[in-house]
Amino acid sequence: MNPAGVARVTTGCSEAPVLRERGQREVFCGLTGIIWLHRKIQDAFFLIVGSRTCAHLMQSAAGVMIFAEPRFATAVIEERDLAGMADANEELDRVVTQLLARRPEIKLLFLVGSCPSEVIKLDLSRAAGRLNEKFAPTTRILNYSGSGIETTFTQGEDACLAALVPEMPEAPAGAPASLLVVGSLADVVEDQFRRLFDDLGIGPVGFLPPRSSTELPAVGPNTRFLMAQPYLAETRRVLEKRGAQALQAPYPFGAEGTTAWLKAAADCFGVDESRFTAVTALGRERAKRALSHYQQQLAGKSIFFFPDSQLEIPLARFLSRELSMRIAEIGTPYLHRQNLAAELDLLPDGTVLSEGQDVDRQLDRARAARPDLTVCGLGLANPLEAEGLTTKWAIELVFTPIQGYEQAGDLAELFARPLNRAARLEV
Amino acid sequence: MQLTVWTYEGPPHVGAMRIATAMEGIHYVLHAPQGDTYADLLFTMIERRDKRPPVTYTTFEARDLGTDTAEIFKNAAREAYERFQPQAMLVGASCTAELIQDDPGGLAKALALPIPVVPLELPSYQRKENWGASETFYHLVRALAGPHAPAPGSERPPRDAGRRPRCNLLGPTALGFRHRDDVAEITRLLDRLGIDVAVTAPLGATPADIARLGEADFNVVLYPEIAQTAAGWLTRTFRQPATKTVPIGFGATIDFVKEVAEIAGVDPTAVLAGAPSRLPWYSRSVDSTYLTGKRVFIFGDATHVVAAARIADKELGFKVVGLGTYSREFARDVRAAAEHYGVEALITDDYLEVEEKVAELHPELVLGTQMERHIAKRLRVPCAVISAPVHVQDFPARYSPQMGFEGANVIFDTFVHPLMMGLEEHLLGMFRGDFEFHDEVQPSHLGHGAAPAQDPTQIKEAEVEKTEIVSVAQGVTWAAEAEQELRKIPFFVRGKARRNTERFAEERGLATITVETLYDAKAHFGR
Ligand code: SF4
Ligand code: SF4
Repeated sequence: MNPAGVARVTTGCSEAPVLRERGQREVFCGLTGIIWLHRKIQDAFFLIVGSRTCAHLMQSAAGVMIFAEPRFATAVIEERDLAGMADANEELDRVVTQLLARRPEIKLLFLVGSCPSEVIKLDLSRAAGRLNEKFAPTTRILNYSGSGIETTFTQGEDACLAALVPEMPEAPAGAPASLLVVGSLADVVEDQFRRLFDDLGIGPVGFLPPRSSTELPAVGPNTRFLMAQPYLAETRRVLEKRGAQALQAPYPFGAEGTTAWLKAAADCFGVDESRFTAVTALGRERAKRALSHYQQQLAGKSIFFFPDSQLEIPLARFLSRELSMRIAEIGTPYLHRQNLAAELDLLPDGTVLSEGQDVDRQLDRARAARPDLTVCGLGLANPLEAEGLTTKWAIELVFTPIQGYEQAGDLAELFARPLNRAARLEV
Repeated sequence: MQLTVWTYEGPPHVGAMRIATAMEGIHYVLHAPQGDTYADLLFTMIERRDKRPPVTYTTFEARDLGTDTAEIFKNAAREAYERFQPQAMLVGASCTAELIQDDPGGLAKALALPIPVVPLELPSYQRKENWGASETFYHLVRALAGPHAPAPGSERPPRDAGRRPRCNLLGPTALGFRHRDDVAEITRLLDRLGIDVAVTAPLGATPADIARLGEADFNVVLYPEIAQTAAGWLTRTFRQPATKTVPIGFGATIDFVKEVAEIAGVDPTAVLAGAPSRLPWYSRSVDSTYLTGKRVFIFGDATHVVAAARIADKELGFKVVGLGTYSREFARDVRAAAEHYGVEALITDDYLEVEEKVAELHPELVLGTQMERHIAKRLRVPCAVISAPVHVQDFPARYSPQMGFEGANVIFDTFVHPLMMGLEEHLLGMFRGDFEFHDEVQPSHLGHGAAPAQDPTQIKEAEVEKTEIVSVAQGVTWAAEAEQELRKIPFFVRGKARRNTERFAEERGLATITVETLYDAKAHFGR
C-alpha cells in the first residue's frame, strides 16, 4: 500500500521526497552506542552523567549482563545534585576521582551527556577541562552527548568520534596522502580491509576509532576518508574542518557495496584498473558464492524496515540488488542525503522511504503491507511475531560484523534465518 | 551522584509501566524522550509478552524544549485516547520531563477526556521502580474505588450466610518474579479453603475491576512492596482486613492458611492435613544431610529475602551468613529478620558493595537476583535466583510458583539444585585424585551452560586464583608443599580453606604456611 504522502524514489535521483513523520519514536537514544564503543576502544571508559533511567537503559539494552565489569558506568544524578550546580560539579569530580582510583588503567574517559544533564545545563565540556587539569596526561577526559533529546541510537557513535577528532594529531605539512576509515568496525573486519588496502598499495591507512586511544591517526589536508558507517554526519563535518576530504561511496555491504567502497579509495589513490580487479576478484567471488546460498530463499520476498540505526538504506540496497528482495518501506530515524547520496542512487525505482517515526501509524502500514520480513527494534519484535509477522531484530545488524566481502554471506543469513525458522516451525 | 554500573531497580515510571502493562483497558501516557522507549523491551523481550505495553511516549526532542513540549503532550494524550479507547488513563513524566515541569496531570485535565485520568507524580531523582509501582497502584485504587467508598464511620454489612467468603489478591504485576504462577497457586489454595477470589489486581484487572475492590470481604497482600500502601487505604476506607503473611515457603504457607482461615472464618484442617508439600520429607531424607549448615548469603527484594531466609534456616538446615535487600522502604523488616539469624542486614542498592560482602563471607550458596548470579559466577560460588531483577530465563515456560505448597516444592529444587547432591559430594571427595576429577569438573547434573571452562574470562580468573594461592596473603607465604596439599581440597571449599588458613597464620604471626599450618587451621576452625 502506498498511503498518500509517501513518496517514491526513482532510480538515479537522490532528491527523492520522503515521508517525514513526527510522532512517537521507538528508538534507542545515543547512549546505547557505548555498548559497542567500549569494546572497540579498549583503554577508554564511558561515564554517563545521567539518571537512573539512563543506567537502566544501558543494562536492559546490553541484554545479557556482561560477565566482566564493563568499561562504562553511570553517575546517577540525585535530588541534591539538582539543588545547586556547584554541588553537581563537585559531585561529578568526586565520582570521577572515585572511578579513576578504581580503574587506574583507563587512558581516556568520556563524560557522556544525557537528557537530564543537558536539561539542567550541566556543562560537561567545562567539567572535562577541569578534570583534565587533574588527571591528564595519565587519563585524558573528553565529553560528548548521547542524550535522547539530541541523538538517536547510532548518532551516539557519531558524537563520540566527533569528540575524538580534535585529539587527532596534525599530519605534517606536505605529508603524503593517507586514507582514514571512519566508523567502528569489528576488529576482524578492520583487519580484512587493512589487508585489501595493503594489496592495493593504498597507505598509510588509519582507523577511527582506533583500538587504543593512544593510537589516534594523524589528519590533515592530505587525508582522504572513507566512511564505514552512514550515520557519521558530525564526524564528517569536523574532519572536513580539519582539511580532510570525504570519498563518496556506497557502504561496504555485500559484494557490490564493498567493491564500490574500495573502488572509491582505489580511484582516489590512482590504483590501476587491472590491479584493482586482481586484488578484489577473490573476495568478490567468495561473497557472490556465499550469497548464492540465500538467493532462492530471499528473492522476491518483501521487507519492511522500521527506523533504528540509519543502516536501513544501505541494507535495503544490498537486499534488493544482490538478493532480489522487494522493499515495502525503508524507515530511517534520520536521513543524511550527503552521506547517502551514492546509496540513494542505487535504490530501486519507487522505493517508499520514511524518515523519523510515528510508530503507531507505521505499525498500521506494516500490518497493511504484510511484508515477509520486518526489521524492527526489540520492543516491537515479539508483538509483531504474535501478529503473525516474521521479524528480524535490527540491533543484531549493529552488533554483528556485516561489512566486507567475507561477511556478505553472514549478512544475508541474518535475514534468511527468521524466514527459515518460520518455515520450519509447526507450532 | 551515585556511581553505578548496574541497578537493581529501574526508575519509578518503569514501576508505573509494570502496573499499566499488567492490566487491561488502561493506557499510560508518559512524557519522555525517545530513548526511554527502551522500557518496552523489558516486557516484550524479558517477559516475552506478545503485546506492546499500553504506553505512549511523547518522545520530545531538544528543539521542542521551551516551545511546545506541553502541546506535544496534549496531542499524544488525545491521540492515545482516540486510538486505544482505554477505560482509564495514567499520565506522568519520566526523569527528563520532570525537569521541564510540564505538569502532565494538569494538561490531561484540560483535555477533559471522558474517562478517569490518574496523574502520577513519581520523583525520579529520589525514588525507584518498586516505589513507583506501589504509588501507581495506590493512586489508581483511590481514584477508581474511592467513589464507591461507604460513608466514613459506617460499618461493613455482614456477609450473606449463603455465600463463600471473598477476597482480592493484591500486588502481582507485569515483569514480576513468578507472579503469574503465584496467582494461580494461591487462587487454588484459597478455593480449597472455601474462599473465592473477587479481583486479582493489578495483574489481569480492568479499571472496572479496580472500582469494585471494596466489595470483597478482605484482601490478600501477595507482594507488600507493591500492594501494602493500597491495601492499607482499602482497610481504612472499606474496613477490609488485609493479610500480613506472605505464603512463600512451607512454614509461611501454613501460617498464611491459618491467618486467612481466621479472617474468613473457615476451617483450615482439611487443607493442612496430610502432606501438602514434599519439602518436609525431602528435607528430612538422608540425601539432604549434606545440606547441614551450608553457609548461605541472601540478597534481593525484601519479601523474597525474608522468606528465603526462613526457608534456608528452618526448612533446609542452612546457616544464613548474610542477608540484605535493595528495598530501602522495607529495610526495617529485613533488619529484624537479619537480627533473628544473628547477622547484620546489608541495605544497599550498590551491587559492588554486595559483591564485596559475598567475597568477604565466602558462602557456599548465594540466593539473589540476576546481579548476584553474576557476582557468584565471578567468585565461583553456586547461586540460585530468588527475586527480581530478572532475566528472560526467570520467566520459565513451565509452571513454577514460589508461593503456596507447590511453591515450597519449587523452592526446594531451586535452592538445592546448584549444590552438589549428597552422594555426589562424597564421591567427589573420594575420587579427587583421579585424573578426571580436576578443578573444572562440574557436578554432572549441571548442564554445560554452567561449565566454567567455556568462558575465557573465567579461565583467566581461575588462573588468577591459582596465583593468589601463593601471593594473596600479606606477609604470609605458602610453602610449595602446603600449596600442593591445598590443591587436593575440593575446589568448592578450597577458597574458604585458603582464607581460613591465611587468617590463622596471620593471627599467629606465621611467615610461612606449611602443611602443618593448613591442618592446624582446619582443626581450629572446624567445619
Ligand atoms: S524520485 Fe522521481 S519523483 Fe522523486 S524527486 Fe526524484 S525524480 Fe522526482
Ligand atoms: S533518552 Fe535521555 S534520559 Fe532516557 S536513557 Fe537516553 S539519555 Fe537517559
